[in-house]
Amino acid sequence: MSLVYSGVLSHAPGITGRAHLVDNIEKRDEFYAALDNQKTEILATGAEAIVVIAAEHFANFFMNNMPAYCIGISENYEGPIEDPEWLGIQKTKIPGAPNLGKRLTKNIMQTVDVAYSEEWKFDHGIMVPLNFLTPKYDLPVIPVNINCQGPPLTPLHRAWAFGEALRRACDEAPEKIALVGTGGISHWPATPDSGKINEAWDREFLGHLMRNDKDALLNYSDEETYNDAGQGGFEIRTFITAAAAAQGNGELQFYTAELPIFAVGCTVARFEIK
Amino acid sequence: MSLYNLQKFLYELNRDESIQANYSENIDTLIAGYSLTDEEINALKEGDIGLLYVLGVNGQILMHYAALLGIEWFDYLEMMREGVRIHGPVRDGVYAMTGGGESFTNEEKER
Repeated sequence: MSLVYSGVLSHAPGITGRAHLVDNIEKRDEFYAALDNQKTEILATGAEAIVVIAAEHFANFFMNNMPAYCIGISENYEGPIEDPEWLGIQKTKIPGAPNLGKRLTKNIMQTVDVAYSEEWKFDHGIMVPLNFLTPKYDLPVIPVNINCQGPPLTPLHRAWAFGEALRRACDEAPEKIALVGTGGISHWPATPDSGKINEAWDREFLGHLMRNDKDALLNYSDEETYNDAGQGGFEIRTFITAAAAAQGNGELQFYTAELPIFAVGCTVARFEIK
Repeated sequence: MSLYNLQKFLYELNRDESIQANYSENIDTLIAGYSLTDEEINALKEGDIGLLYVLGVNGQILMHYAALLGIEWFDYLEMMREGVRIHGPVRDGVYAMTGGGESFTNEEKER
């Protein structure tokens, strides 16, 4: 049928793995409620599959063969690769949508040279979103990776083009498809600076994102992002792709920099499908 | 190239339960196929998170490895800071410490 939902959310492992360490319980639960609402909104669309655009963290791809973009076309997946107690998510099997994934891939290839994989182990970048959005793991998942880890990274204008290609491919499929971009905005994860957040930078970026201001979104250089938003800021590619797929304005449903124990400005938003 | 090999070993370890099952007993055999420096080998054998951080191991790979070793979150952060105190700034990659090693969370400060 078409793309029926596009949104973004954070995926930091602390969101589930460090829930018990949080001081600001009220804010944490407000965040969890926003994620639960996102789940409800996605369910209400009647989505038959969910595309999760993630920034993979060396669970499947290494610098011996690093795709800029990759789509999963497997019958099923497993995850998390991390220690389940550390992440707060038990190991499980997740259903895929191989037929739909192959059709999307074939369509996207008309304009973007995307890689594909029939093997994929999910890390926190996908497992944390699924934990909230489809906690029974009963909605088929199509994982999508954008390399945000091992430079050289794909340029932002290519992430936009990838989003446009995803939209076209979804609209030409008979199924109802939901899509989420997951990542962080400014953050310095997995370093001693974990918990550092540049809230002003985040809010400016989110302003551009909610207005779906293509020129402003594509105007960030990796050098500026690294200096102002840390290496974690490279993950804005996933949010930009979700915006490009939606084409409409966004509604920022939740943002806080008051949960630094989660190591990211926690974000939930949805776009108008235009 | 050596850092590449070090990271590749940890990448394989992090994602493969069959390698994890034999890790502590068979580390010599497991790393035999990787061209590593003595410093890197010792860091792996000791589980020296601080040194591995300073050597430039990608933070995501290192974080997953620390979780595999059962290291608690705040201890992991402190091990990286201690590594910088002992060995100096991070030598490679994009996961450098940007400040003086201060904590950015009340939860850690209150420990």
